[in-house]
Amino acid sequence: MIELANAAFSYGGTEILTDVNLGLVPGSFHFLTGPSGSGKTTLLRLCFMELLPSAGQVNIFGRDVCSMTRDEVAEARRRIGVVHQDCKFLDHLSIADNIALPLDVSGRDTEAERANLDELLAWVGLSHRASALPAQLSGGERQRAALARAVIMSPDVIIADEPTGNIDWEMAQRLLRLLIELNRMGKTVLIATHDLNLIRSAKAHVSARVLRLHQRRLQAAGAEL
Amino acid sequence: MSRLLRLPITMLLGDKQADRVVPPSGHTAWLTSFSAGAMAFLAVFALAMAMASGRLADRWSAELARTATVRVSAPEGQQDAQVKAVLRVLSTTPGIKSARPLSDAEQRKLLEPWFGPDLPLDSLPVPRLIEVQEDDPGPDVQGLRLRLAAEAPGAVFDDHTRWREPLVRAARRLRFLAGLAMLLISLSTAAMITLAANASLAANATVISVLRLVGATDAYIARAFVRRFTLRALAGATAGTLAAVAAVLMLPNAAEEGAFLSGMGFQGLSWLLPLTVPFLAAFVAFWSTRRAAFRTLRGLS
Repeated sequence: MIELANAAFSYGGTEILTDVNLGLVPGSFHFLTGPSGSGKTTLLRLCFMELLPSAGQVNIFGRDVCSMTRDEVAEARRRIGVVHQDCKFLDHLSIADNIALPLDVSGRDTEAERANLDELLAWVGLSHRASALPAQLSGGERQRAALARAVIMSPDVIIADEPTGNIDWEMAQRLLRLLIELNRMGKTVLIATHDLNLIRSAKAHVSARVLRLHQRRLQAAGAEL
Repeated sequence: MSRLLRLPITMLLGDKQADRVVPPSGHTAWLTSFSAGAMAFLAVFALAMAMASGRLADRWSAELARTATVRVSAPEGQQDAQVKAVLRVLSTTPGIKSARPLSDAEQRKLLEPWFGPDLPLDSLPVPRLIEVQEDDPGPDVQGLRLRLAAEAPGAVFDDHTRWREPLVRAARRLRFLAGLAMLLISLSTAAMITLAANASLAANATVISVLRLVGATDAYIARAFVRRFTLRALAGATAGTLAAVAAVLMLPNAAEEGAFLSGMGFQGLSWLLPLTVPFLAAFVAFWSTRRAAFRTLRGLS
């Protein structure tokens, strides 16, 4: 699904990632960890084609991202649901409209899909907040809304960048349960987090592979995880 | 249906959600409408000038092309004889349809704008004028001049070429300049709308980036901007056109007071021409915004 082969990324002459090899197979669950500034977000951005590798290869759904047209990139992004650290909502749209945005841009904003939206809002516990603006939501509510937007297109892969970074432990557990539930439905999940307790907690419920970014390279995490 | 037809229809029907994803931005909205309105106002006047100068050129050409004047300036006592001699020569010249001397009243009317209404024509050494209508083809002018010089030494044949050509040329130049003004107005409108569209695209960089991340194609994002700017330009240009048409209608009718201003504006079917101005403005807005949007989007990941 997503495969990085000796991928590297440099910015302004500074190498941020070197020789990264990663393969996300269907239905797998991965945690990506590492200290702040280690390049976790950069790696995720390579995975959803927001950045292109400066060396090596990134294949998404069997296609080399460097050879994809802009429309093909847009098409591929519809198959990858992303929960951004800062949620990336459009502030002037309601939460329901923000969640439905991927449907709309792909021309799938139909009655049936809108019905699914109601179900989705209920699933993330935001039915009562559907018409609220993003600024009116708490951190946890925003993260759950971001997850709802990430899954509304029923994507093959879900990528989450520090989804529990700004929320309390109870809310983090709730969000994690939603992600595990999605994985059980066959979705591939990749979560970047520096919260080791979250990883330990997840491993009690799901068979997750933990990867660690260390000195610009990706490696399997130690036995402590 | 051809793509050319489908594009404007799709755009006018629009996509409610696509429209909503881009928040309305105040200053670019009124800047677009205002500049389209102002440019439409100027374009209607340029059109009116083009039409008027075109008509003027046609009228001068048509009126003067098949006419000529013979001026007879002879000493006292010989004038009538020379006029008769000229008429005789003209009546036997191939290519001359008719010739008649202007009456005193007609000559007085010609001189009235310069000398006033009570001109004592009898006491002034005013030459006699003979109006000549030519056939098609006209006479051999060189031959006719030689014959006139022999029969009536005070007669001068004037086929109006000397002053007709510069006038017609000037009128045609005016029409060209009016066309050029239309072109410049269109380019200025395109430039202003491009600037406004660029400002709007820059102000909405975050929105565009979010849309790209959730899988929007460039065409989807561009459509939201293009439709908005096209409709704004259409609305502004419609207002500007209506104002200009009203102003043209209110122009004083100068037909009686001055020859040049007579017919400034539109006549008959040419009144339909200003109606094309708002659509031209919308077309210009459509292509300039589309170009600006795609150029900006290509620069984003």
